[in-house]
Amino acid sequence: MAAVLESLLREEVSVAAAVRWIARRTQSSEDSPGEAAVLRSLRPLRKEFVPFLLNFLREQSCRVLPQGPPTPAKAPGASATLPGRPGGPPRGGRGARSQLFPPPEPPSPAAEAPLARRGGRRRGPAPARERGSRGPGGPEEGVGGESLPWAGARRLRGSGSPSSPSLALCDPPNLSNLEEFPPVGSVPPGPAGRTKPSRRINPTPVSEERSLSKPKTCFTSPPISCVPSSQPSALDTSPWGLGLPPGCRSLQEEREMLRKERSKQLQQSPTPSCPTPESGSPLPSRTGSLTDEAADPARVSSRQRLELVALVYSSCIAENLVPNLFLELFFVLQLLTARRMVAAKDSDLEPGPGVLESVGSPLFQSIHDCVFFAVRVLERQFPVLSYLDKGTLKLLAENERLLCFSPALQGRLRAAYEGSVAKVSLVMLPSAQAVSFQPETDNRANFSSDRAFHTFKKQRDVFYEVLREWEDHHEEPGWDFEKGLGSRIRAMMGQLSAACSHSHFVRLFQKQLLQMCQSPGGAGGTVLGEAPDVLSMLGADKLGRLRRLQERLVAPQSSGGPCPPPTFPGCQGFFRDFILSASSFQFNQHLMDSLSLKIRELNGLTLPPHEPNDDEGEADVDWQGERRQFAMVLLSLRLLAKFLGFVAFLPYRGPEPPPTRELQDSILALRSQVPPVLDVRTLLWQGLRARRAVLTVPWLVEFLSFADHIVPLLDYYRSIFSLLLHLHRSLVLAQEREGEMCFLNKLLLLAVLGWLFQIPTVPEDLFFSEEDQSDGFQVDAVSSEYGLDSVPVVDQQLLYTCCPYIGELRKLLASWVSGSSGRSGGFVRKITPTTTTGLGAQPPQTSQGLQAQLAQAFFHNQPPSLRRTVEFVAERIGSNCVKHIKFCQKKSPGAVRALLPEETPAAVLSSAENIAVGLATEKACTWLSANITALIRREVKAAVSRILRAQGPEPAVRGERRGCSRACEHHAPLPSHLISEIKDVLSLAAGPRDPEEGVPPEHLEQLLGQLGQTLQCRQFLCPPAEQHLAKCSVELASLLVADKIPILGPPAQRRLERGQARRLLHMLLSLWKEDFQAPVPLRLLLSPRNVGLLADTRPREWDLLLFLLRELVEKGLMGRMEIEACLGSLRAAQWPEDFSEELATLFNLFLTEPPLPEPQLRACELVQPNRGTVLAQS
Amino acid sequence: MILTKAQYDEIAQCLVSVPPTRQSLRKLKQRFPSQSQATLLSIFSQEYQKHIKRTHAKHHTLEAIESYYQRYLNGVLKNGAAPVLLELANEVDYAPSLMARIILERFLQEHEETPPSKSVINSMLRDPSQIPDGVLANQVYQCTVNDCCYGPLVDCIKHAIGHEHEVLLRDLLLEKNLSFLDEDQLRAKGYDKTPDFILQVPVVMLCPLAVEGHIIHWIESKASFGDECSHHAYLHDQFWSYWNRFGPGLVIYWYGFIQELDCNRERGILLKACFPTDIVTLCHSTA
Repeated sequence: MAAVLESLLREEVSVAAAVRWIARRTQSSEDSPGEAAVLRSLRPLRKEFVPFLLNFLREQSCRVLPQGPPTPAKAPGASATLPGRPGGPPRGGRGARSQLFPPPEPPSPAAEAPLARRGGRRRGPAPARERGSRGPGGPEEGVGGESLPWAGARRLRGSGSPSSPSLALCDPPNLSNLEEFPPVGSVPPGPAGRTKPSRRINPTPVSEERSLSKPKTCFTSPPISCVPSSQPSALDTSPWGLGLPPGCRSLQEEREMLRKERSKQLQQSPTPSCPTPESGSPLPSRTGSLTDEAADPARVSSRQRLELVALVYSSCIAENLVPNLFLELFFVLQLLTARRMVAAKDSDLEPGPGVLESVGSPLFQSIHDCVFFAVRVLERQFPVLSYLDKGTLKLLAENERLLCFSPALQGRLRAAYEGSVAKVSLVMLPSAQAVSFQPETDNRANFSSDRAFHTFKKQRDVFYEVLREWEDHHEEPGWDFEKGLGSRIRAMMGQLSAACSHSHFVRLFQKQLLQMCQSPGGAGGTVLGEAPDVLSMLGADKLGRLRRLQERLVAPQSSGGPCPPPTFPGCQGFFRDFILSASSFQFNQHLMDSLSLKIRELNGLTLPPHEPNDDEGEADVDWQGERRQFAMVLLSLRLLAKFLGFVAFLPYRGPEPPPTRELQDSILALRSQVPPVLDVRTLLWQGLRARRAVLTVPWLVEFLSFADHIVPLLDYYRSIFSLLLHLHRSLVLAQEREGEMCFLNKLLLLAVLGWLFQIPTVPEDLFFSEEDQSDGFQVDAVSSEYGLDSVPVVDQQLLYTCCPYIGELRKLLASWVSGSSGRSGGFVRKITPTTTTGLGAQPPQTSQGLQAQLAQAFFHNQPPSLRRTVEFVAERIGSNCVKHIKFCQKKSPGAVRALLPEETPAAVLSSAENIAVGLATEKACTWLSANITALIRREVKAAVSRILRAQGPEPAVRGERRGCSRACEHHAPLPSHLISEIKDVLSLAAGPRDPEEGVPPEHLEQLLGQLGQTLQCRQFLCPPAEQHLAKCSVELASLLVADKIPILGPPAQRRLERGQARRLLHMLLSLWKEDFQAPVPLRLLLSPRNVGLLADTRPREWDLLLFLLRELVEKGLMGRMEIEACLGSLRAAQWPEDFSEELATLFNLFLTEPPLPEPQLRACELVQPNRGTVLAQS
Repeated sequence: MILTKAQYDEIAQCLVSVPPTRQSLRKLKQRFPSQSQATLLSIFSQEYQKHIKRTHAKHHTLEAIESYYQRYLNGVLKNGAAPVLLELANEVDYAPSLMARIILERFLQEHEETPPSKSVINSMLRDPSQIPDGVLANQVYQCTVNDCCYGPLVDCIKHAIGHEHEVLLRDLLLEKNLSFLDEDQLRAKGYDKTPDFILQVPVVMLCPLAVEGHIIHWIESKASFGDECSHHAYLHDQFWSYWNRFGPGLVIYWYGFIQELDCNRERGILLKACFPTDIVTLCHSTA
């Protein structure tokens, strides 16, 4: 490395040639023979150049970024070199990238030793030291030479004793540390004979800050400051939830150790042995007097050197020679926003003897250097920067250092910001919505038995009960998923005996997963083909703003650094834990089947191909729709693939790779015969061939991110990784040729691939060891000339949604602005309204927002096909409208009507039609708004609404009249009220009653009148009520006949007048005859019990009964024979003797009377033996 | 009539050990003149039912039944016209209709060769003239017409009230031009859980002071007062199940509810004591 840089500095080699050399391109004719000669001599080092460069920059910057910036990419694994290293201690890390530096130093003493931990790529405040990483006699010895003065700083340190007590004390060989003791052969050996530099283990001051930005830390243990909302428990932070030892704790312990160690050192030596204050504990001296150092371009030292390194570095980034583009950008921004140099002079820092024998100076000698370097790199990365979201651009453009160092770049950034429309919002919708019940798939016909149907019914309810409980409690401290819900989930899964039930449940599970987790936070969101399109199309602008504000207030502050480990944020955690708690083999199998199928289906979905069209307008409208649809499909795919990866690799998942080579080999032998759960390699190939990498690769990355340690070693997956590496290298952003992949598409792939390469299970040397990258990657995309890759399907919203960690750039810049840097452990969010109109000024509940909400809700419970149809129609008609400026409301309904099934209910159809009209209009207007003035737009909208108003809503279908007359207003008393009133009368009559209780006579009349109304209206009458009313009316009649109703009035007159009674009986007869439709149990009138009521009365009055009987016959309500039969059986009952006689008389009288009306009444009076005072009146 | 928990507790407190008679209701109405009678009756009925559920078992021990029967026999022997059975029920703090059932069952056991079936007993309770013993028939009848919480008439009234409110709701929906599927239609389509109405096109209910409206997919009519006990049972057996299948919805407790129970609005279960007035439908014009 040093040699290469040296050559560059001496101008023996041009930067372009050097980069070509690094990129392993074939030598170009541009290279001069001299260059070629120089570079050829350096050939063995080529592979190590980039990792070296990255490590070098990190090391150089560690005084400026004491918290330790994120580390560079993984260095080539050292394992292959280990066996061949005679005498090399088996421990000692896997090599240091800075190995190529001029003579490495013996391990340095004390302070940092305990800090070195496995995977410790964090940087310490002190320049890092190599620890046991130098292979004696390795080929790299002496290669670099010592000619680069500024690189020589490396060797100045490490003068302490290697046998430092603290080292011995605190850093005992850790045999279980797989990074320090890599399994032999765990990494495919590199080219024979080449000794790779062992990986450097960088000491790191333990620090809470920035811990999130250390990818390796993230991977090996969860971040210290777990984001509370999304990662409530330690278990939760482990992506596969296998109860890995909580990293937080181990870090805590470590910190404790460190603290002790430090205090020990302080006691030993009056002068601080540590060059920098501990960054983790905010020492008063640092935090108290902290002022940001002003950066001054005039004070930059060794410009040429910085320029050169910046150029080489930028070129490496541009050529995708670095594994993770955004990690490098993050690092550069860290340099840009560095607050101050930790200490001014090396002499102050390193009191040890010999330290000052520097042959050169560090690369970054001051803040000025850092900023200068950063700005130089940023200048070259402008194309990438210009594609970042508007917020980041604003922060960059407003950065005063940037302005100071490169007004030109600032100008370009400002212009980019002003022209940008890339507002990114990671929307988080509120709580979950359930999967809607669809009779086509969910009703009884879809189940093998009633039992299975009802079991599933219960399971659905239990599932949601569990989900709601999780929503309520998972953020509570101390709440545990398994403890809280585990047994209930298993009990429920236990009931899923039939395979058919499993598939039903898995479908529910998967749908719910998609519904809840598609959005970035996983805390709600949209289903494939749902919400945002309609929301945005219907103009949910205010709603959107409100949501954005909400998001700012509730979103977790950090997504876990620029390179977070795979996690299950938000609701995804529920599904992950559900799978783990259910621990059901059948469920997992069905789930994998279902996920695989859905992935295949979505991956193969024909997204509307982009046809080059003369009509710009139509193309524009189409792109909007295409982008939305693509985003939906992509996000769904990523989610499904993530869970597929999780479940598929779950049985193999472990925190660490197999400890021995033998074990690994045997595992490999076993695993290589297991077919992949989904043939992702073929899908990848197909995707590349069809130029659909932009769709396939992002979900494949999600899938692979859950691979276990063995997976990348399997031939099948190795070839996939190899393909991905080739792809990564080929995605050079600077190249934008005709038919090439779009810039943002590339950026998305670079981001996800870069992220994948940082995952701990992906072998560390994978990225740098790949040989001849440029040659092997030749996918002949014959099948589709215009694949998705060349369609601008990715926008910033999608990019940030898929890769929320890119947002770390913005947070970093924002923290610089806000003045409280990451030092305090997290960024202070500065709320800068992104809209120009005030939020408060508008009432939040706009009708547009409501309409959007309603449209979304409408589709929720309809079959998905309905929505697809509506959107399809809107899309096409909208495009057509723009073409021909006709309008939408005439065509859309017809089209919707034609496409939907005939049995679609009228109301659903009408709503669907109207939404289609609205969408189409909106689409047209969207286009118009971009092209025609606002005035015309208003005209169009007004015209549309005029026409729609003229059409008017369809008349509602009125229910049938249920037997009322047409004029009925349904104002009759309610049946329940009448039953209750009659019951009161009955209970009064039956007693016991208080002396003052009674019924006003007019009340009875009124009651019967109401009964008549109710029976005539029938609106509210149900059969049981009518039956009871009939029975009650008969009982009332009996009470009237027996004069048993206590009447309210003067004490003397507590009985009903005969005339009144007769009138009431007439009313009843009329009701029975005319109004009751249910059978009236008239025979009860002659039941022994009711006739017996007469027995108690003195004097007994039979005339009303006789009257009633005759009327019954006369009105045809009862037949004579029937009454005779009743009377006959009455005589059989036991009665007092006198009563029996009277009954017999009545019987005879009834029998002898000819069935003719009027005159018989009088006869009745005549024969009445104990006639009462009141005679029957006609 | 939406009551706070405190208001409700005050009413419930007055109902402890009150017999379910006409007279008790009258007193209750006097005690709480500002509350609607229907609400009071509904609360009374629910409280009394809770009480009966708690004490039901002790009235059905063999000893208890025997003792009640003997007391009944002694009572009617002295005076068959006196309200023997009703007073017995009130004295032992048990529902008169249920006491009538116990005695009737016991009586039939004694007088019939085969033990009486449930349907026979129900039929006799509905129509006491079928009871072979005239005195007992009168006693049973007196119990059932005087009981305002149990018995065939009360059951019928409750059923009628439920039906009437469903009809009322249906008419309101029709009036508002909201198209819906009712329970019978849903059952015919094979739905496993059926609210009273599913709106084919959802609506938004606006609430004063609330930022956002509430989407309503389904409506369930409850012609009773929503107290904690019944509401939780309904949530578990019905409302959440509806939510699980059809999304957010509305429950109308026509006789009111305890205000504090309306706590799942954000989740998607809304309580109202009447048909909501401020409803927004999917406009037929979005322009």
